[in-house]
Amino acid sequence: MSSPFPFFPVGASSVSTEMDMLYLFIVAVCAFFTVLVAALVVYFTLRFKRRHPTEVGADIHGSLTLELAWTFIPFVLSMVMFGWGAKLFFDLATPPANAMEIFVVGKQWMWKVQHPEGVREINELHVPVGRPVRLTMGSEDVLHDFFIPAFRVKMDVVPGKLTTMWFEATKVGTYHLFCAEYCGTKHSGMIGTVTVMTPQDYEAWLAGGRSTGTAAQNGERLFADLACVTCHKPDSSGRGPSLAGVFGSKVTLTDGRTVIADENYLRESIMNSQAKVVQGYQGIMPTFQGMVTEENLMQLIAYIKTLKPAAPAEVKK
Amino acid sequence: MTAERQSYLDAPYGLKSWLLTKDHKRIAMLYLISITIFFAVGGLFALGIRLELLTPKGDFVSDDVYNKLFTLHGIVMIFFFLIPSIPATLGNFFIPIMCGTKDLAFPRINLLSWYLYIIGGVLGLAAIIGGGVDTGWTFYTPYSTTASHTSVTIAAVAAFVAGFSSILTGFNFIVTVHRMRAPGLTWFRLPLFVWAHYATSLVMILGTPVVAITLVLLMCERALGLGIFDPKLGGDPVLFQHLFWFYSHPAVYIMILPGMGVVSELVSAVSRKQVFGYSFVAFSSLAIAILGFLVWGHHLFVSSQSIYAGLVFSIITMLVAVPSAVKTFNWAATMYKGSVTWESPTYWVIGFMGLFLIGGLTGLFLATLGLDVHLTDTYFVVAHFHYIMVGGAIMAFMGGLHFYWPKMTGRMYPESFAKASAILVFVGFNLTFFPQFILGYLGMPRRYHSYPDEFQVWNVFSTGGASILGLGYGLCLIYLLWSLKKGAIAPANPWGAKGLEWEKTASPPTTFNFDEDVIVTEPAYNYAPGGKVHHG
Repeated sequence: MSSPFPFFPVGASSVSTEMDMLYLFIVAVCAFFTVLVAALVVYFTLRFKRRHPTEVGADIHGSLTLELAWTFIPFVLSMVMFGWGAKLFFDLATPPANAMEIFVVGKQWMWKVQHPEGVREINELHVPVGRPVRLTMGSEDVLHDFFIPAFRVKMDVVPGKLTTMWFEATKVGTYHLFCAEYCGTKHSGMIGTVTVMTPQDYEAWLAGGRSTGTAAQNGERLFADLACVTCHKPDSSGRGPSLAGVFGSKVTLTDGRTVIADENYLRESIMNSQAKVVQGYQGIMPTFQGMVTEENLMQLIAYIKTLKPAAPAEVKK
Repeated sequence: MTAERQSYLDAPYGLKSWLLTKDHKRIAMLYLISITIFFAVGGLFALGIRLELLTPKGDFVSDDVYNKLFTLHGIVMIFFFLIPSIPATLGNFFIPIMCGTKDLAFPRINLLSWYLYIIGGVLGLAAIIGGGVDTGWTFYTPYSTTASHTSVTIAAVAAFVAGFSSILTGFNFIVTVHRMRAPGLTWFRLPLFVWAHYATSLVMILGTPVVAITLVLLMCERALGLGIFDPKLGGDPVLFQHLFWFYSHPAVYIMILPGMGVVSELVSAVSRKQVFGYSFVAFSSLAIAILGFLVWGHHLFVSSQSIYAGLVFSIITMLVAVPSAVKTFNWAATMYKGSVTWESPTYWVIGFMGLFLIGGLTGLFLATLGLDVHLTDTYFVVAHFHYIMVGGAIMAFMGGLHFYWPKMTGRMYPESFAKASAILVFVGFNLTFFPQFILGYLGMPRRYHSYPDEFQVWNVFSTGGASILGLGYGLCLIYLLWSLKKGAIAPANPWGAKGLEWEKTASPPTTFNFDEDVIVTEPAYNYAPGGKVHHG
């Protein structure tokens, strides 16, 4: 980074080396073809320079062999790029099961971060080194994009839904955090820092942070305050379905479809409750749009995730 | 001289005869004047952007002004310069002549299309004077519908109206190519310029209505509060991106395909040789036009679009590289054993090939799914599309303008200035945009008014290069204007090129182009038979 003419950003995540390799591979292929074609064109213009005003070129119309060659070779090379790129893309889209979860909310023009332990920060993100981190992200207003160049990761933050991204930092240090999707006047001010710490330092930092309870505890408080609990009772005696064990389960809807109850399903059911009503229940739940913020929503979801399914014996009955 | 023998420029005379003309050549000149004005306006916005980015701090203009500068730069350059640039000027002028006919199929509709363009342009200027627009030329929702307090609606109406101008032009070209070709002019005797414009016209008439609908939906949400894109009203912001790019990706091919057509003509003429692999070049235009409709989702790899959709869009995007490579190799091969002149059009066409090559190949980086995650929304994308649109489309436009200038105006321009201009533009362009690839990989996001210090060095190169680029274009404008009065009188065929436009019309052509009915008896670019063959 200290070079006056930097070419590469710092690489500080588990994917940064592979990203750089893929980049250099394509650079090499493209440089080869650029030099090849440029050399041919320059050579032809010099070698076959017009010598007489009425002179014309040779009577050559084409060559099927050549056409097939320069159709086939670019095709194969582009498929190699596609395959490697797709593999990396799926790695980036699949967080490891043991990833710790951090909640991020984008709003004009700041990033609000909420750790599961309840510590909050603004325009900063502290993470431990060597541990996969999964970000669950929402937006209060317009499109944003959470971009950490040193980690080679980026994901849009979209109002109306939750998006996720993950990374595993491999180097202790401080890195840029940018909003990469244009979001209005102070778009270029919606930046911050990502601080990668040793696990011990991270624990110490968490302990030193001001916390008003964990995300799930805050969610539980909201669950009571918003009176969710009057209908969504722990057993199935309420007017709404029990939420015990609902996260990650298959839910059958009134129209017969089944959906996986992931974060986005829970979010939609709170904000737009009539969209996907569970079979056997009436669509009587009010919408909470405008009553809960994106942060509240993430706390509610964190709480719902902690609700374990009822004991297996009871289910069999 | 009888009235029929007068050039289209002289008969009849007066402003009214120009503003009510139905002559495709005069309409082409009206377009040429109008797009030059918009190019200058768009260039001024670019100047503001480059001056701001010279230093990391946002100190030249305020953030609001900066956001308006890049938005207006994009809107003006894309909707009012690049999309009409080659088709509405060179296309309008030469498609009827290359088809061996007097005019386009619908001369009045052709004039209507210019007026629609002007109405759109005036609305665009009204949006600028009325405070500007700050959404980016992409108008992404929900920012454009709920958050922005600028003249979004009027700018959207401007783009909407200008879109109809391009639909009408495309429609006119398609009918002309199908119905008006001279006897003997079979499809495979058509110049590749016509093939490329035919493919472009398909994109214009099939794609443009979609962006028109999208802009109407945007206005409905913004003005009437109908929930289409804003999630607070029950809409979906990503839906806008799908609809927008369904047109706006093919729109890139509206900009580059006519340039490819020009380059096929130029490569052949400067080498005095048949275009290598004629039918492969012709069909690759159609392949690009068709594939262009199936790749819009590559703008949405990190938008929360399904990752499986990402797979499909990535692989189809890779396929676009194939016809583009086919064209490039065929152009290079055309020069092999040609009789290559070193006159100014050669400078422009070689410049095009270098820049288009880099522009096309860097598209592969962005089509590669995993790599796009890091590169999208950074300066890498900015560099890539400027290489295609400025390096490719404008370089081809300049090459075509220099090649056809004697035919269009009847005057020659000073060769040495034209070569100097081509070199300045090529060097200035690379110095401006190549550093932006590096900035992109370093992680500098697009549309940033201020940026961290370590990005400055490449931005200084970029701003320096932009001044050279501006100088190159400015020089060109001066000597071309000068040549209108003072340039040497052009002969009918100054380049010794094949083609109806060079062999059968005067410079400049008469109002009805040809003195007698055209009958075509040979393929395009039939240089070798009867000529002195180069055996170098």
